[in-house]
Amino acid sequence: MRWLLIKDLQILRRSPLLVGLLVVYPIAVALMIGFALSSPPGKPKVAFYNEVAPGQGTIRIGSQRLNVAGYASDLLRSIQPIRVHSQAAAIAAVRDGQALAAVVIPSDLPQQIESLVTQGFGSPTVQLYLNTRDPLERQYVDQVIQSRINQVEQDVSKQVLHVAVSDLQEVLNGGTVQILGQNVPLLGLRNARTIIAGTIASLPAASPLRVALRQVVSFADLAIQGLGFAKPVLGSIGTPLTVDETQLAGATTPTDAYAAAIAVIVSLMFVTMLLAAGMLALERSENAYGRLIRGLITPGRLLWEKIILAGGCATAVTLVMAAFMSLFVHLDWGRFELWVAALALGGVAFGALGVAIGAVAREVSAASLMAFLVSLPIAFVALVPASAVSGTVKVVLDVIAFLFPFKPALEAASNAFSATAPGIGLPLLHLALLAAAFASLAAVAMRRFTAR
Amino acid sequence: MSTAADEGNGPARPSARPSTRPPAPPLAVRSLTKRFGARAALQSVSFELESGELVGIIGPNGAGKTTLLSILAGVVAPDEGEVTVAGRDAGWVPQQPALYSKLSVTENLRLFARLEKVADPDAAVARMLAQTGLEDRAQDEVSQLSGGNQQRVNIAIGLLSEPALLLLDEPSAALDPRQRERLWEFISALGTTVVFSTHDVGEVERYANRVLLLADGELLFTGTPAQLERAVGGDPRDLEAALVAFLHQRGH
Repeated sequence: MRWLLIKDLQILRRSPLLVGLLVVYPIAVALMIGFALSSPPGKPKVAFYNEVAPGQGTIRIGSQRLNVAGYASDLLRSIQPIRVHSQAAAIAAVRDGQALAAVVIPSDLPQQIESLVTQGFGSPTVQLYLNTRDPLERQYVDQVIQSRINQVEQDVSKQVLHVAVSDLQEVLNGGTVQILGQNVPLLGLRNARTIIAGTIASLPAASPLRVALRQVVSFADLAIQGLGFAKPVLGSIGTPLTVDETQLAGATTPTDAYAAAIAVIVSLMFVTMLLAAGMLALERSENAYGRLIRGLITPGRLLWEKIILAGGCATAVTLVMAAFMSLFVHLDWGRFELWVAALALGGVAFGALGVAIGAVAREVSAASLMAFLVSLPIAFVALVPASAVSGTVKVVLDVIAFLFPFKPALEAASNAFSATAPGIGLPLLHLALLAAAFASLAAVAMRRFTAR
Repeated sequence: MSTAADEGNGPARPSARPSTRPPAPPLAVRSLTKRFGARAALQSVSFELESGELVGIIGPNGAGKTTLLSILAGVVAPDEGEVTVAGRDAGWVPQQPALYSKLSVTENLRLFARLEKVADPDAAVARMLAQTGLEDRAQDEVSQLSGGNQQRVNIAIGLLSEPALLLLDEPSAALDPRQRERLWEFISALGTTVVFSTHDVGEVERYANRVLLLADGELLFTGTPAQLERAVGGDPRDLEAALVAFLHQRGH
């Protein structure tokens, strides 16, 4: 056994490519998983404009004043704010890509909150403008901003509740309330009860009791008022703020269509790459390559035959898959020709990558393994929302995703599946360029098929 | 290079089959040179073949036999020199059967007949099946054939376009003696000019009209096997002993 071990180690030592792959691949995967799990999500860049004039952010609830404008600053905790000085500037910052989103606090927000809390009607609304690249990124930005808004809502609600409880205590126990600048004694339910009880005890129905009875009547009026606003107060405690979301640019594909596109493109990638890599390597494994390129077919045509074969098969498979998924998820059949275009060109690009792998690996089993190993990180890198990682990592991920077909194929497919999404021209152009690049790479690598 | 063209014929060998001599030799090679990195696989190799010859390329491992055949076949480009093949391209039969193992014998033959743009692919397939004696295995997958039969199909594909010259790279390398014997009977009966490489000097002695002896990329000798035996002097036991002695004398 010792000698076998030594022999195997010698073989490994003389197989630097295999050893390199065995070392580098798990490290790369571990790093990616590590980044995904441990890196604190980066704060999205958000343009922020507060229209509430200084000093105008205070509302009156019951007997207390509440500075709601102060809570707006809480929104800034989870974002990288780009402070702007108008709503137009905020929208412009989103449109030109400086910011993923813009939050605009309208000038009447305090009044709307006060109206909602004290009268039960009003619609305090925060404006949110988005320019996200895919539904995952949109979901991420949404979550970040929504969680801050929820926090603000909780803080406001807590204050409102405090006011409501305080007023109810006064109603119960009595105190003083300012009316027209004068302190007016508030009897309280308990005192009223005592008074009424005393009054009943000393009943002679003559006039000396009138003053006390007037106090009871006043208290009853106040109690009615207090309970009158307590109802909307308590009703608005949950979610007083509304977020009005507008997608200015970027992907507007619904999340379910995007999820369907991910499933379809992952399948397209695996089928195409494994088939293209394996079928090209098979020509060499079967020793047929040398015979074929002796004037029967050029290496370039052989490459494209494999690309078309793999891409065509995978396109057919994934079209059926998409049709099946449309039974459960809304995919827009009106754009079927875009489905075909996205999947076909995606298949061609993945096929070109597959033949490049097949040309490098040269053996069927090695080509299949390599195609599989390459596929996973490509998908992983493309699916990490760029806004979820820090700046440098984001740039690296963007560059890697740009160099492989997964991201543009996913963009093309998700746009094709949704009527609300933009066109697929750019991703198709991207895929075509990648297909040409990988096919060229494969042609260079294939020269080694005949090398000794 | 030693040339023994004027030294007369030795013991009886299978002679070059008489045929109408074409105006140009079926193959002419001039100053062929090929390097792989710093290593010279072929150094200024020149020779010509006559129609109907059965020529064996022999030499030690790494002599350049496969490289020479690959260049003659057009699979590898030479660094210098030129190869002239009369008529259509040479038929090429690589060392390992270049066949699709999941296709049947007929499917393989038909595929390559179509790729060769043979006028009547079905007729060519039928002709090759008859020539290889594999009619009864025509529908079998190639992977189910013996090594000898796979090599027959391999050679048949090289013959589909009816080339004037057939190039065989170690055609009997993986075959047992019986299969080898049957293969050489098949090749000898083809009537085509054949160039083959081999490590089996006995095959050359029995079947070749002419020997090309390569060592370290140089063509050291061309002539009949008998001429090679005489070239070393003394009384070599057989062609193999003569080959070893010849190489030793030339410092290889």
